[in-house]
Amino acid sequence: MTTNDAFAGTSETSEGRVFTVTGQDWDTITQGLADEGIEERVVVNMGPQHPSTHGVLRLILELEGETVTEARCGIGYLHTGIEKNMEFRSWTQGVTFCTRMDYLSPLFNEATYCLGVERLLDIEDQVPEKAQVMRVLLMEINRISSHLVAIATGGMELGALTVMTIGFRERELCLDLFELITGLRMNHAFIRPGGVAQDLPPGALEEIRGFVALMKKRLPEYAAFCNANPIFRGRLEGIGHLDLEACLALGITGPVLRSTGYPWDLRKTEPYCGYEDYEFDVQTWDTADSYGRFRIRLAEMWESLRIIEQAADRLAGLEGAPVMIGDKKIGWPSQLAIGSDGMGNSLDHIRHIMGESMEALIHHFKLVTEGFRVPAGQAYVPVEAPRGELGAHVVSDGGTRPFRAHFRDPSFTNLQATSAMAEGGMVADVIVAIASLDPVMGGVDR
Amino acid sequence: MTDKPDEKSAPEQPAAEQSPENVPAPTGEVRQVGVRRGMFGVKGTGDTSGYGGLVSAVTLPGAARRPYGGWYDAVADALGEGLRDAGLEPAVESVVIHRGEITFHIRREDVLTVARLLRDDPRLRFELLAGVSGVHYPQDTGRELHAVYHLLSMTHNRRIRLEVTAPDADPHIPSVVSVYPTADWHEREAYDMFGLIFDGHPSLTRILMPDDWPGHPQRKDYPLGGIPVEYKGGQVPPPDQRRSYN
Repeated sequence: MTTNDAFAGTSETSEGRVFTVTGQDWDTITQGLADEGIEERVVVNMGPQHPSTHGVLRLILELEGETVTEARCGIGYLHTGIEKNMEFRSWTQGVTFCTRMDYLSPLFNEATYCLGVERLLDIEDQVPEKAQVMRVLLMEINRISSHLVAIATGGMELGALTVMTIGFRERELCLDLFELITGLRMNHAFIRPGGVAQDLPPGALEEIRGFVALMKKRLPEYAAFCNANPIFRGRLEGIGHLDLEACLALGITGPVLRSTGYPWDLRKTEPYCGYEDYEFDVQTWDTADSYGRFRIRLAEMWESLRIIEQAADRLAGLEGAPVMIGDKKIGWPSQLAIGSDGMGNSLDHIRHIMGESMEALIHHFKLVTEGFRVPAGQAYVPVEAPRGELGAHVVSDGGTRPFRAHFRDPSFTNLQATSAMAEGGMVADVIVAIASLDPVMGGVDR
Repeated sequence: MTDKPDEKSAPEQPAAEQSPENVPAPTGEVRQVGVRRGMFGVKGTGDTSGYGGLVSAVTLPGAARRPYGGWYDAVADALGEGLRDAGLEPAVESVVIHRGEITFHIRREDVLTVARLLRDDPRLRFELLAGVSGVHYPQDTGRELHAVYHLLSMTHNRRIRLEVTAPDADPHIPSVVSVYPTADWHEREAYDMFGLIFDGHPSLTRILMPDDWPGHPQRKDYPLGGIPVEYKGGQVPPPDQRRSYN
């Protein structure tokens, strides 16, 4: 029993005795509580630094024995003012900022923002087909990688460490594809207003097909590990119950809403980026609990693979097609080319602006430094992110910078269900319930 | 265009609304929410472009006139009927349709009634409030703070937007938490970031910033902050102090 631990000792406050728990020290707490004669009610601060709270989420739990009587969330530990920062950059630079919000689904942040900007610019019909197909392809790979992390971390929190290791193993495959296509594993800033930043690199389609084939072998492993596993089912079934009424009242969308049996998926109900042209099914479950949400995520990965296959087939027929809008006042002027050092500008473009055309140089300079003006107004184009409805409310005053960009992040909204899901249950089930919401604090706090 | 930039020193010149590609066609009332001065971000004697004196009005898309077309009329009719029954006909100040999205500007004292009507009327059925987002228009005198509500009807697969304004001097708006519990955190965020006070909210406290934070960071009069950065011998000022286009 540690008594004089500088980091995990006890201290007296006006509110009572405060214990700091770091693990392996329950004896201190039980002894301390017994000394005080307190038996029934304890307020536990779980987090913000706690491995089971998905990042810097702070839970304030009031416990009676092991039963949670009140659960509250403390958020804001990862607030970085991204929305404010976007007001000081051009519309294109905004992508670089918003991609960092929900760091597990960066391409969805970029997509909803760009769709909003494109609606304000009134160029929704002019975005090239190949750009839309590439967006769909990237978003679906991203959905798989995000669901994999949801399942992996959720498993880790239950002690199912193998689910964690295989989840991150497969996620690595997704990130490798991102690196190949966008150049970066995360924070891509690849989807831009008017299209996407780059064409597919050579060999990408083969890699994508290889990835799909491998995933078809690997995904059944998750089902074999979890679906009928009695411990897994025992921990998840009936936990974090939230029915349809509660979901709508609390604004919950995504797998949590679909686990009530309601097939609401924006890809079907309000198609964007041409989702109406793909064949896939909306996955639902009817138990409205954590187990149902797990099964939905697993099934959605299969649907994503279907979409990726269809997108890859379409891309094979779109070789050489433009990936950025033809309007030179909006489309980024140059494409990058891979130089001998691995990175570089397009030499053809540099020759054009530096040696051939003064106007092209002026145009390049103006578009890159000043950017384009977006007509005044506001737009909200939501997309179906892995966690639910993600939408960017973009407001323009007619200038070259966003007047306001607000992100309706599904993690932020879904976390409000914590109290409804956790209260009355056991403290160990709080972790399962929150894992089934799959909150990403980067998106919650922005 | 009803308002002109009231700048005595500004020379007569074509305003922004005369270049059609920049400003949507004004239909009905157009409200000026700001003034844009100069160009290229150069001020004072450094401006040799001659564009420094440019003054143009910032206007948001104007109010739409009937018929709105499509399901917009059905929603507006049902809403108008419900409000007439409640004796609150002037609750809807104006309706703006821009880029296929419809926005109802609602008198702030009626926002709760309107929200309840939108949720409960079987012809409306806006079950889900997607979010509440604050916007600060410092030059929109008397209506500086806007709260924007994104509503979704899953029954009819329709989206509308409500916009409510409050002056800086009296930043109070009725809370809609009693109708849409999901507004809880969204209203707290709008309070935290803009200082909008939602009356009737169960616990309107800061949510993202620390409890003792002074000011409301996303207001336009709140500085971005930042320090100059030295890069290759040169000083790069923080983003809000750099020369910028406007």
